Formats: sequence, structure tokens, C-alpha cells
Amino acid sequence: MTANTQNYPNYNDDVVKLFTIATIFWGIAGFTVGVLIAFQLVFPQLNLGEYLSFGRLRPLHTSAVIFAFCGNALFATSLYVVQRTCETRLWGDKLSMFVFWGYQIFILMAGLGYLAGITQGKEYAEPEWYADLWLTVVWVSFLLIYMMTLKNRKEKHIYVANWFFLSFIITVAVLHLGQNISIPISMVGAKSYSMWSGVQGALIQWWYGHNAVGFLLTAGFLGIMYYFVPKQVGRPIYSYRLSILHFWSLTFIYIWAGPHHLHYTALPIWAQTLGMTFSIMLWMPSWGGMINGMMTLSGAWHKLREDPILRFMIIALAFYGMSTFEGPVMSIKTVNALSHYTDWTIGHVHSAALGWNGFITFGALYYLVPHLWNKPLYSIKLVNAHLWIATIGIVLYISAMWVAGIMQGLMWRSYDEMGFLTYSFGETVLAMKPYYLIRAIGGLLFLSGALIMAYNLYRTVNDKVVQGVKLKGAVSC
Amino acid sequence: MSVKNSKPKKDKVTGVETTGHVWDGLEELNNPTPRWWIWLWVATIVFSIWYWVVYPAWPTITDHTVGKYNWTAHKELKSEQKGILEIRAKYLDEFQDTSFAEIKDKPDLYAFALAGGKSAFKDHCAACHGTGAAGAMGKYPNLNDDDWLWGGSVDNIYTTIKYGVRSTHDDSHISDMPAFGQDNLLTGSQITNVVSHVLSLSDRSEPDAKGAKIFAENCASCHADDGTGGQEFGAPNLADAIWLYGGDRTAVTATVIKARGGVMPHWEGRLSEDTIRQLALYVHSLGGGE
Repeated sequence: MTANTQNYPNYNDDVVKLFTIATIFWGIAGFTVGVLIAFQLVFPQLNLGEYLSFGRLRPLHTSAVIFAFCGNALFATSLYVVQRTCETRLWGDKLSMFVFWGYQIFILMAGLGYLAGITQGKEYAEPEWYADLWLTVVWVSFLLIYMMTLKNRKEKHIYVANWFFLSFIITVAVLHLGQNISIPISMVGAKSYSMWSGVQGALIQWWYGHNAVGFLLTAGFLGIMYYFVPKQVGRPIYSYRLSILHFWSLTFIYIWAGPHHLHYTALPIWAQTLGMTFSIMLWMPSWGGMINGMMTLSGAWHKLREDPILRFMIIALAFYGMSTFEGPVMSIKTVNALSHYTDWTIGHVHSAALGWNGFITFGALYYLVPHLWNKPLYSIKLVNAHLWIATIGIVLYISAMWVAGIMQGLMWRSYDEMGFLTYSFGETVLAMKPYYLIRAIGGLLFLSGALIMAYNLYRTVNDKVVQGVKLKGAVSC
Repeated sequence: MSVKNSKPKKDKVTGVETTGHVWDGLEELNNPTPRWWIWLWVATIVFSIWYWVVYPAWPTITDHTVGKYNWTAHKELKSEQKGILEIRAKYLDEFQDTSFAEIKDKPDLYAFALAGGKSAFKDHCAACHGTGAAGAMGKYPNLNDDDWLWGGSVDNIYTTIKYGVRSTHDDSHISDMPAFGQDNLLTGSQITNVVSHVLSLSDRSEPDAKGAKIFAENCASCHADDGTGGQEFGAPNLADAIWLYGGDRTAVTATVIKARGGVMPHWEGRLSEDTIRQLALYVHSLGGGE
């Protein structure tokens, strides 16, 4: 691949660069908080005062990685991809700058609120009404920029990555508006009351929560995959027909799967049944993306041996396939009776978040930075180091959580021969301590890998390169 | 918008045709959807339809489809609890009708009580008294020794668990040690003397005649003349080597100056009568029961 189409036809890469830097910055911030709270679970003494207690930091971690790291990654990649695949400059130069700064302000509003204890108490939707309204303005601007750019496209067909990006942008808007309808108690106070209460509130919560996973972390990231994997491999997408089938089936089925978060609760039983069965029917639509990504390597498998960036992407697809199989399994009610509320769920989430979202983003960043700044990558060896350190970290993390979660579930349901519970809750916590430690170490490795990446990309951008002369160990992109 | 690149071409590596679309150099092969993918998907749909027939699934205007066997989560809960409740039921009726003294003579019943007590202790008591009931210095009494503030018979322990100590229950154990120093009931030198006397009770200080007199006038009404304590007031034995708030001169002096009085919640209303009785027997069995 050559770099001579880089600035043709005058793409707006300024905003993409900003989003790329923000992705790296927030990624490291989010991973660091994650490592801290993982160690807090092993050593409670690390809860240093009110503002740095686990309860405040946990939503800071989840929001930082989902909305700040993954969110900025989606902005960066979607705005890069939509320009190239439409062969047109991004619509709205000033508006796109507003979207960048507006989104960073939203992240700060949300994060500072958590530390101060301001929260709606809704998982993944903790920001209060004032931040929600601000995000709505930013998001609608994003949608407008994206739609207008698509409208200006030079190619009649819309590339598959853009279908996924667009479904992500639209659905996140719908979810955000539906989940956050609330009435502030005053225009100068942070507190508000939600429109939804009781079991309806729970159902809306998990319609929102599960589809944040479905459309932000799955559909949006499939958009990333559909551009950067074929670019990095240099091969056509495996099957156009599969991409159509799995796109529409994924978007139609995902939206119904939320109730599997509410098995064996006050949610009416019929809704639980539908949540479970739609989750099972979601298995193949999810796997469609994995197959299409992996099979794109057909005829080019040898590239995996030489290219650690491609390896990031393919390992990401493997983790994606694994967790989109594990998800439907865990939605089956009898499995869920064991797994629910245990750390198995945490392991499941992180095999997807670290393995899929993290690795595909890292792959995309290693592709993006040299292209955006038009410089060769500083060190391919450091990419390899990042790959292995992070992979070992993930394996430690998820295997520790599998063992801990299943053990925890079995201990909770264990009765002695007299018909009394064998273990107290305290004993189950104590039993998990070694696994919590392994998990924290796994997280630390993952963070270390990201720091190596940040260094590598920093050198890539900042080292002086004589035009046309490649640095030692540099890779051509 | 211009239409271009619209002619499919043959991919050299695989020999498969492309769709003819090209974006930024990206193309698509026109491979068919893998068969196994379609069949697995169909299988999950067939499974789901079967599941909807068997289990409650679809909402109707006023109700929902109930499924072939009228299954409900409530019924499943009942059937899963059945085995456990049957085991407990073997003993529970007899346990309720049998006194503490008689239970101890029936090994099966006693084992049942201890198992229930142990399970409840770990969930409700261990947070303060520790999983091994060893308590915590300066905070919560050790339940393994034979030193009991409010009595160590099964009945005493039962009463303490049920009503608590300085709890909000009307029948709670209540007593207040005066803060002799803070409330200026004794002078500094008098406190030094009385502490010497208290320490002499466990042979750790020379007898102190002044202190003994102050003790008799101020402390003996609860802690008894010889300092062996009074369980009706929750007044600890001062003549043994067991000290909840520390037994050296500094700690005892602090106790005399500001007084002590721990709090334990009442469990009536939070735990069932059966569980409280099981707990009383279990705590009594830990080693120091009177």
C-alpha cells in the first residue's frame, strides 16, 4: 500500500489526529484506574479516602474505557474511514472540531461527577442530566457530519464499515435518549429523577446496557474491523453476501437480548425467555463478522508470521468469536443461575473488552498513526512486545476470573448434609483473593503493553525522519 | 456521485469474483455465505421456537403464553428447595419442641443445631466476632474463652443474641459504667490508686490500701467486692487475665477515665427463633460455655 492517497482529496485529518491522541490518552487513563481498582479488591487498604474509593472509581473505570477510550477510537476510525471510503472530505470542518472538544468536555463532566459522587446510579449511564443533554448535542452533530459526508460520497455503494458505523451512531443516540429521560429536581442542582422506575426501569437499563455493548462495542468495532483488517492484509473482504446477512441479522436481533441480564428477577418470565432465546439466535450473526474478518486472510495467512499489527487484529477477532459464543451460553438460564453475579461475568466482559475492543483498537492505531502523520512506525519490535505482554495479561485475567467466578457460584449454592449453606459470603470473598491478585497482575500487564504502544507511537510521530529513508526496524504500511 | 469500478473481476489468488465495488482500494469477494454458518443459525432459531412452545414466551394483550407444561420460575424454586427443606424438616419440628438441655443429649438434633448455628454465625456474627469467634481486642469479645460479660449458659447466650447489648430493643441488656475521670468522680491520684488495686487482683501490682477503699466505694457494686465481676450488669471479671480493652496500667487507666460499653444489635426480628436458638447452642459449644 502506498501513502500517496493520504491527503487526496484533501481529507480532514486534523480532527482524526486529535481523536487518535485522545484514544491513547484515555485508554491509558482508563486502564490505570482499572488496575487500581483491581488491586483495591485484593488490598482494601488502597481505598484512599472518599474520592478514591472503589465505589467512585469503578464507574470512572468503566466509563473511561467504554466511552473515553473506545468512544474516541470509534470517532477517530469512523471519521478516517468515512472520508476514505467515500473519497470526499469530511463535511463540517468547524462542527467536527466542536464534536471533538464537546466530547472531551462530556468525558470530564462525567468523570469529575463520579469522583464527587454525582451519579444517576444506572450502570454505564451514570452521568447526570446536564452531562446527558450536552452529550446529546455532541452526538447529533456527529451524526450530521457522518450523514453529510456519506451523502457527498463518490462511490455509489456504501462500504460495509460505514453500515456498521452508522448503525452504531444511530442506535447509541436512541439508547441514550431512552435510558436517560429524567426530570432534574432543579436547574442548578445535579440531581434528577428518572422517568423509569421498578421493573420497567430495570428493563430499560439493560435494553440500554446490553445494546451499548451491542452497538458501541460490537457494531462500531466491526466497522473498524471491516476497514483496517482488509487494509492491513491487502486482500478483499471474504464475502459480500455474508456481510449483508450478518449486518442485518445482528442489528435486528441484538436489540432484544437485554433481558438476559435480568434472569430470575422480578422481570416477567416471558421477557426473560425472549431475552435468552434472542441471545442464542444472536450467536451466528455475531460470528459472521469473525468469519468475514478471518477469511479475508485466505491466500495471505503467511502475513500473520511477519506482521504483529495484523496479529493484533486476528487475535482480536479470535477473542470476539470466543466472547460472542460465551455470551449466548451465559444467557441460557441454567448456566446463568450459576454465572450471574459472579466474577465469571467480569471475565466474560474483559475477554471481549481487552481482547476484542482493545486489540482491534491497538491494531487500528498502529495502522492509523503512521498514515496520519505520514511517517514509518518507530519500532516493529515494540509492537511485538506489546502484543505478547498484553496477550499474557488477558489470558491471566480471564482464566483467573473463570476459575474465581465458577468457584464463587458453586460456593454460593453449596449446602451441607443438614441443609444449611456451607459457605458464608465472607468465605467466598476470601477464597477469591488469589484470583483477584492474578487478575490485577493480568491488568497490569495489559496496561504495560499500552504504555509501550504509547511510547512507540510517540516516537513515530516525533522522531525526525529523512524523507524516503526508513528507520531501522520500521515497517512499511 | 459517479458510478465507477462496477465491473466484477476475478481475484487472482482465490479465483473468486469480486463484486466490482472498490473503495479506497478495498474490494469484496463474492463468496457465498458459508453453509455451516447458515445451518447453525437455523438450528438456533429452531431451538428458540421449540423453547417458546415449551416455556412461557410471548406477551398477549392481557397475559402471556404459558408454555406446554405450565412451567414457572416459582415452581422451579419450590422444587429445588424441596430437597433442602426436607432434610431440615427431619429435625426442625423436634428441635422446636425440645429444650436446650435435652437437645444436647440427642446427638443428631445437636449436630443439626450446631450446623445451623455455624452457618448463621458466619453470615451474621463473624463480621465482628471473627469467623473463629475470637473477637477483636478493644472491640468485640472472644467467644471461645470462659469469660462471659452477660453470662455463658445457653439461656444467657440466647438472651444476649435475641435482645442485644445496649441495642434499640426494649429488652436489651443495659448498663452504664460511669466515666470516673471525665466526669470528675475521682481525682487523678485516686484513679492511680484504684488502678493499682485492680492490677493487684491479678497479682500484677502491690496491694494498694487506698485503692482498695476507693474500689469498694465506687466499683464493687457492679464488679463485686473481690473484683470477679457481675454478669447481671455486664460487668467483667477484673481478677482474671482476660481483658477486652487491654489489661496493662495504661489501658485500665483509660477505661476508668472514660468508661467502656460495647454495643451489639438485637437479632429478634432479623433472624428466626429457630436460627437464634441454633446460634445460642453453637456459640455455647465453642469452648467456653458455662
